[in-house]
Amino acid sequence: MSLVRATNLEKRYGNDVVLERLNFSVAAGEFVTIVGASGCGKTTFLKMLLGTETYSSGALALDETPIPNEPGPDRGVVFQKYSVFPHLSVLGNVIMAEELARSPWLGKLFGKRRRRAREAAVERLTEVGLADALDKYPHELSGGMQQRLAIAQALMMRPRILLLDEPFGALDPGIRRDMHALIGRLWRELGLTVFMITHDLEEAFALGTRVWVFDKIRHDAQAPEAYGATITYDLDADRHHDMKSAAASRLDRDGTHPRTATPED
Amino acid sequence: MKRLINYRGSRGLRVALALMPFIVLAVVYIAVANHKTEANPNQRLFPTVDKVSQTMARMATEPDMRSGEIALWADTQASLKRLGVGVAISAVTALVFGLLAGGIPLFRAPFSPLITVLSLIPPMAILPILFIVFGTGELAKIALIVIGITPFLIRDLTEEAQRLPEEQKIKAQTLGANSWQVLTRVLLPQLTPRLLSTTRLALGSAWLFLIAAEAIAAQSGLGYRIFLVRRYLSMDVILPYVAWITLLAFVIDRVLYLVSKTWFRWYHVDEQASS
Repeated sequence: MSLVRATNLEKRYGNDVVLERLNFSVAAGEFVTIVGASGCGKTTFLKMLLGTETYSSGALALDETPIPNEPGPDRGVVFQKYSVFPHLSVLGNVIMAEELARSPWLGKLFGKRRRRAREAAVERLTEVGLADALDKYPHELSGGMQQRLAIAQALMMRPRILLLDEPFGALDPGIRRDMHALIGRLWRELGLTVFMITHDLEEAFALGTRVWVFDKIRHDAQAPEAYGATITYDLDADRHHDMKSAAASRLDRDGTHPRTATPED
Repeated sequence: MKRLINYRGSRGLRVALALMPFIVLAVVYIAVANHKTEANPNQRLFPTVDKVSQTMARMATEPDMRSGEIALWADTQASLKRLGVGVAISAVTALVFGLLAGGIPLFRAPFSPLITVLSLIPPMAILPILFIVFGTGELAKIALIVIGITPFLIRDLTEEAQRLPEEQKIKAQTLGANSWQVLTRVLLPQLTPRLLSTTRLALGSAWLFLIAAEAIAAQSGLGYRIFLVRRYLSMDVILPYVAWITLLAFVIDRVLYLVSKTWFRWYHVDEQASS
């Protein structure tokens, strides 16, 4: 059974077609990595899953129900930055999900219920390697630690799907490798379903069970905005390691090297 | 020798440099005052330090003949009460409305244009209306402070709430937050330190409105005293009163800053990095 399904999904801004003819079905437990040139609609696609962008036509369903047009606890997210709350400690950031769920008015827990929530949060933070930094604030953490925190925080609600928007794009290569190990382990242990945007093909193939390449295949010289990008490759990462070069050359055609981590809006 | 732009000097030198202009001003004033008094012992424009300290010792220790109160403390108490109540009402109002306008688009739509227009009304221009409506008692003076600084505070907080990264609001929603929880657990805690720092800026205006209101109609207060003794050219009262007001303003500003720095350490990260 498919967890996320798109049928003829299309996104337009006015006459400008950003994404078109998206058809896919993703089963629970898959790790989908998404690559593509800057400005090809990867982030727009993720925002549609998140619910902050609405799609123009077609259908996009999670658990066979249309994705709501606002964010919700069934879809966790980690952005490249600004993912954690600067005014809360590490523990406060992670415990917040529990507090919001159990205390609708105050949004705070006390006594026994707080202790229980704290235990769960500490457990999750231990998993991501932040057990020693419970009382630190995000500004006291390195970039990699902040992303670990953001991941721990996003997983507290046990979301149906986890959306990652270039989560490691701003990190050093060494740290990035650690993060790959971390997200890979969490994905296996918790049975997560992940959609992850990246600029890094290595990363896409190392982590994903499926690698999607977003690209424009239809061009109209008179009206460049008439056609949008779509999924041009849907690769089974385990079997298609040799396809990496094919995908890379495809991306290089536009002169945009896929591995240069240019910030994208 | 370092380039001038890179030379900071020792801590002692910096403190000395900071004090220097004050010392120079004091020395110049004392010289002028002594010189003028030698020429004309009855001159009132530049009272000597002796004269000022005699007058202030009297105002700070001896009860007023008419009211039985010690003038300096009664004035200070009256003014600080008006300022405190006015600024507190403004701050709480601004926090509530800034939060609502910054967080709820449908509230912002009708509210923000109104506040923008209201904030452009020169508060002094409607002081007569306040006196007519509220009488010349405490209420009109407090109302002037509130009307003077609240729209500014609301506008600032609304903008600050909108400047917060959209990612935070989205993240909170993916953690299950409803609208109320996004307002109270994401926006409110981040607007509170901003309110403190903006209130520090607004205190200058608040003092202005306070002194103006006291100057026009009051029976006590620092502004009242200054404008009262102006008739007798009593510079020996006016000058120390101005210095006293400045000191009060300085202390209030520092206290707010230290409170903010103690309670909201994360908010002051950037300024620590740059200093």
